[in-house]
Amino acid sequence: MNDGLGSRSTRAHHHFFSGSYGQTFQFDLVLITLTLLLLGFGLIVLYSALGQSWSGILNQGIRLCLGLGCLMLASQLRVSTYYRWAPTVYAGTILLLFAVELFGVSSKGSQRWLDLPGLPSFQPSEFLKITLPLIVGWYITTRNFKLKSLDYLALILIVGLPTGLVFLQPDYGTALILLIGVAAMLFLCGVRLRWFAGGLVLVAISAPIIWNFVFREYHRKRIITLFNPERDPLNAGWNIIQSKTAVGSGGLTGKGLFEGTQSHLDFLPEGHTDFIIAVIGEELGFVWCVALLCCYLLIFSRLMYLSTTATNGFGYVVGTGITVIFFGYVFVNVAMVLGLLPVVGLPLPLVSYGGSSAITTMAAFGVALAVCTHKQDLEK
Amino acid sequence: MSTKRAYDPVPLTLSKTIVYRASASAVVASFLILLLVARLFQLQIVEHERYATQATDNRLTTQTIPPPRGLIYDRNNNILASNRIVPSLAVIKENVDDIDNLLTNIHALVDFSAAEESSFRTRLENAKGDERVIIKRDLTDEQLAFEAVNRHRFGNFLVITEILREYPHKALASHVVGSVRQITVEDLQQLDPVRYRGSKFVGRRGIEHYYENLLHGEIGLRQVEVNASGRVMSEISVDPATRGQTLTLHLDIELQRVADEALGDRRGAVVAIDPKSGGVLALVSKPSYDPNVFVTGLAGREYDQLSARADAPLFNRAIQGKYPPGSTIKPVLGMAGLAAGVIDWDLEFDDPRGEFRLPDSEKVWRDWNWKKSGVGGQGQVDLFRSIYRSSNIYYFHLGAVLDIDTFAAFLGQWGYGRNTSLDIFDADPGILPNNTWKQDNTGDSWYPGDNMNFVIGQGFTLVTPLQLATIATIFANRGKWVRPRLLLSSEQPVELGQDYPPVQGVAENEWERMIEALTAVVHRGHKGYLQNGLAWAHIGMDIPYQMAGKSGTAQVVAIPEGEEYDEELLPEDQRKHALFFGFAPVHDPVIAVATVIENGGGGSENAAPVVRRVIDSYLADIVAKNDE
Repeated sequence: MNDGLGSRSTRAHHHFFSGSYGQTFQFDLVLITLTLLLLGFGLIVLYSALGQSWSGILNQGIRLCLGLGCLMLASQLRVSTYYRWAPTVYAGTILLLFAVELFGVSSKGSQRWLDLPGLPSFQPSEFLKITLPLIVGWYITTRNFKLKSLDYLALILIVGLPTGLVFLQPDYGTALILLIGVAAMLFLCGVRLRWFAGGLVLVAISAPIIWNFVFREYHRKRIITLFNPERDPLNAGWNIIQSKTAVGSGGLTGKGLFEGTQSHLDFLPEGHTDFIIAVIGEELGFVWCVALLCCYLLIFSRLMYLSTTATNGFGYVVGTGITVIFFGYVFVNVAMVLGLLPVVGLPLPLVSYGGSSAITTMAAFGVALAVCTHKQDLEK
Repeated sequence: MSTKRAYDPVPLTLSKTIVYRASASAVVASFLILLLVARLFQLQIVEHERYATQATDNRLTTQTIPPPRGLIYDRNNNILASNRIVPSLAVIKENVDDIDNLLTNIHALVDFSAAEESSFRTRLENAKGDERVIIKRDLTDEQLAFEAVNRHRFGNFLVITEILREYPHKALASHVVGSVRQITVEDLQQLDPVRYRGSKFVGRRGIEHYYENLLHGEIGLRQVEVNASGRVMSEISVDPATRGQTLTLHLDIELQRVADEALGDRRGAVVAIDPKSGGVLALVSKPSYDPNVFVTGLAGREYDQLSARADAPLFNRAIQGKYPPGSTIKPVLGMAGLAAGVIDWDLEFDDPRGEFRLPDSEKVWRDWNWKKSGVGGQGQVDLFRSIYRSSNIYYFHLGAVLDIDTFAAFLGQWGYGRNTSLDIFDADPGILPNNTWKQDNTGDSWYPGDNMNFVIGQGFTLVTPLQLATIATIFANRGKWVRPRLLLSSEQPVELGQDYPPVQGVAENEWERMIEALTAVVHRGHKGYLQNGLAWAHIGMDIPYQMAGKSGTAQVVAIPEGEEYDEELLPEDQRKHALFFGFAPVHDPVIAVATVIENGGGGSENAAPVVRRVIDSYLADIVAKNDE
């Protein structure tokens, strides 16, 4: 990894929209604007998907404000703070994931939630979209961006432990997104392609072993069902049929807000959570679906751009990691609702009803902003 | 990574590789978004039509609205068959995925017998996917409240309103009105699938069966929006059902009640006909049954239980019970003799001992009045006396000179041996034997002895109470035919069919003479031993109007030659059947009645009072109406 990051040179960067305002407040107008647009759009759609319930919108509004607060707060912390705390945060997340495994709350066949006294229940796996980029960035930085064979083994262990725990919940969607996210981080910081080839070979060899010896029968059954929804026409198959029908029946401009029959007559399950894009497709049509996807693409591009403007390698790695994982959630969710991928039960970031995903996504944006726009560590 | 190093920022250098790879990631992301857009384009633009149809199919369901059945009234606008709206518990077949769980829930909600459960299972199995299968009809208020409160637990259930047939007079009119019953799988093969789509019931007996086409009505269609679990959310359009036609019957339910009470607990039948119209005023068969059990009962056991009973309540004795006519056949035979010219009113036969022998035969044919001691002769008997004293000997003489085919041809005009009713589809034709009949049915030819049995109504001849009443109307009308009918009027007129031509071969004055003889049966009294009308002592002494009639007593078992019939010695089911027919007032008859009481004993003693009670009530009713 010698042709990528590592050689020291000073690079000043200035941009109109982002940067340190008066050396104290970190902010990115483009990202915040896009995020707010998305949140507003999401609330309108949710109002319809929740059957025009104001109390539901109020709940979600409070969560979103909390998320925005997290974004603002997280973006103010110094890069060095994230760097120092990365191992601790990682260890904490691992602990929470073990706690889920031991006394988590089951819902719809998987154990993803933790219900601690005094706190609203939450999904610790959602933290990984921040924790994992941080720990990977931290590790690479400690190795001074020069990774040796043993370092890859260490990375596999560091990433494999939490991902494996998520996989066992089981939350195949999140686990897959995290793995691909980490791979993308390594790709983006210049790891030689032969290492990816080696990784693929490793996966090819270990997959049958894991399938046969690590997985239990019910794991295998679930995975087979994922790819054959017809085997389970009343659950997974039903969802896909109904979501495709909802989206397809929306046509170019949709049936109009509140007019979706698939969602309002309960044909579409999880219309306000995982399948929210089906409601958008049905009620607002192709036009708004494309607009929504464009908005996500813009957010992706902006985060990617901000990452490349980072003044340090750690910021770049963490920023791209958060960006790729965010994008992974968007793609897997939409592809699943449109019947391109198996139904794995993932929310659509910033639009689906629920707190864990929205708050952690916005917190992740804050972290990305912080590590990519802080200049002080260099000017020290 | 064990050491906690201070952050030593490594500045970011955008090497070629980094720029290249960052750009590549943007391209990949754009490509993935484009992939999603392409998929959206495929679903929402290219295949839009298909999914739009699918969504409409999901949400819209066409329900059939079963038409309310036509109402049935009696001649005085008393309702005989009505409809009531009841809440019923149902389930849509598609929504049942765990039948055991469903049954547990059913048991928690309603009383559900094992028979009901097995019937429900069968019906559920045979139902179409979107069909509502009835679990329990006519829910109580408590059950409804319980379902409403616990709906979240019983998500699969539906409470639907059903229109159910109701027979307010219960067992009283069941043999006339009949009943509807649950459409079975076998029924479906014969019914028009379009017209009966959504219908749960079909007329199975009586009027309900015969006029099924008029009563059923036409189905309506309703397009509704349903949610994923099949609950109706809103109504899109309705094409209402057309109610079946209202039918009014000749039946007089109050007269029916009188006839029913007159029979009491005895097995038997009463049929009353208006001789002017042929309308059936009363048609009682006892024992009877409550037809309502066929409507609400879902277990399918009701029929089995009723048909297993020894006294056969489902058996309609009035139209299907076949009995030897006994002496009731004598006035008709007398008319046959007059028509054939072999007798006249002056011809007398001597009856010294109550015995008759055919030429060249040792077999003794006895009068009903025969006594071992030889004092059972009725003296000189002419046709008039042969009627009011019901002489067997007179008819043995007639039977000795007239052959069976001549008798049968004449009796055929009176409706013996066929169903002459216009709209009583399952009335039995009875039996009118002749030479050919006997050859066909026994393989033997007609012997002179058969004639002897025939002339006293004890041979092969069998009649139903309805036929007996029809014969009474022919006498009442002096030979003119009015075929029995139940339907008085309907919303759209129904062509019932033509009446028969009058009975041929008998002059008008012969009719009057015969009716005088029949009147004597009831009214001839205070004349001394062997001189009074047979029924006079039982019904004629205080009768305030003129009534004509004839009794009959039909033997069920043969009495050995030389023995007297002693009712006390016979088991109940071997005792004679009591028969009587009559009409009144004699000069302008408004009612003709016949009754048969199974194993009821002597006709004059037991059957005649039943007939009189019915006529009394009917005439009193007319008098009361005229006074108003």
